[in-house]
Amino acid sequence: MAQQSVEMILVRQLASYLFVPVLVVDTTGTVVFYNEPAERILGVRFEETGRIGPEEVERLIELSDDPAAGPDEAGRPMATALQQRRPAHARRWLLRRGDRVRLQVELTAFPVIDQEDRLLGAVAMFWERLGP
Amino acid sequence: MRITPYGVRGSLAAPGPATARYGGNTSCVRVAGPDGTVLALDAGTGIRSLALELPPGLSRVDVLLTHLHMDHIIGLGFFGPLYNPGMEVHIWGPASATLSLEARLRRYLAPPLFPVLLRDLPCRLELHHTGRGRFSIGAFHVRAARICHPGPTVGYRIETEEGSLAYLPDHEPALGARRFPIDAEWTSGFDLAQGVDLLLHDAQYTREEYPGHVGWGHSTVHDALAFARLVGAKHLVPFHHDPGRDDAALDTAIGAAVADMDPDFPVTPAAEGRSFDL
Repeated sequence: MAQQSVEMILVRQLASYLFVPVLVVDTTGTVVFYNEPAERILGVRFEETGRIGPEEVERLIELSDDPAAGPDEAGRPMATALQQRRPAHARRWLLRRGDRVRLQVELTAFPVIDQEDRLLGAVAMFWERLGP
Repeated sequence: MRITPYGVRGSLAAPGPATARYGGNTSCVRVAGPDGTVLALDAGTGIRSLALELPPGLSRVDVLLTHLHMDHIIGLGFFGPLYNPGMEVHIWGPASATLSLEARLRRYLAPPLFPVLLRDLPCRLELHHTGRGRFSIGAFHVRAARICHPGPTVGYRIETEEGSLAYLPDHEPALGARRFPIDAEWTSGFDLAQGVDLLLHDAQYTREEYPGHVGWGHSTVHDALAFARLVGAKHLVPFHHDPGRDDAALDTAIGAAVADMDPDFPVTPAAEGRSFDL
């Protein structure tokens, strides 16, 4: 496996210290790292799975629209971050397929772009909504 | 190729009798190729002596800067070839997100820090950005890549048909790692140093000193040994010695780490004038 760029390595190190669930993806949409809090979102442990391809992510979780979300809170933040190279935020329903638990979440994603303006990947952070 | 350190100290020059055996100059290493090509790795205070020992008749020299912290460029204004109209000098180094290498160097080579302007140097000067990528200089095949250190910083891998050298003088691959090393994919500098014949690597701190310097961009001797083991280096040369460590203390610090880690490769602390042939 080729070495990750130093920028992505530092993103992973930071994610490993955060309380919020964080997924780090490469430019193909493969999840190359997720932190311990994100293991609750996905229902699997990084130590067991390692990197996860986009198809496998869809087998683990299903994201669907939240009818209560406003027009500014719809959309697919990760796709926006990777394809349009800009940050995005949305309210979604998340179904953890392993145990059929549904979580109402807010999802923030932003691209990781190096000093040479090269897209390296993106970061997604999940904020679980506890109320309406 | 022959690799000769002219400055092995980190952060600040530390001359004097207590550091005479390893040397007190800041980072500078000469790499001489089989075809007569000469590289100067970094331009710390050691580069002044390096210039004095260049082969007569040499018409081109290449200076490869890892980054622009003062201990790595302070000797540049005293590098003799810059004042020789018959000399071609190529300076390679990283730009920043907003400033070119030239603009960044001008911050030092201009008043009030220095009396001579970069543009007034009489040599034939060419500047090259080395964010990442590969290039050749004479017999040398050079690869640059960003490594973990505050600000734009690269490491270099230099190869000829005879052997390979990796130069990562300021590098903190253990930054933020809960345990180090984890694996190759997530280790800064791995690709540059993988399987290299000679690894010159940052080893500024002891384990006891490191907690007070996390994020400053440097490694412990233990982490340098662990990194060398991970990448499969055949010979480790601990480099960028702390300016506060005299010769006896340096022997003790490196000896203790080697005894603790029991590496299966030779470990030779960098010393001014102690050459390595590949």
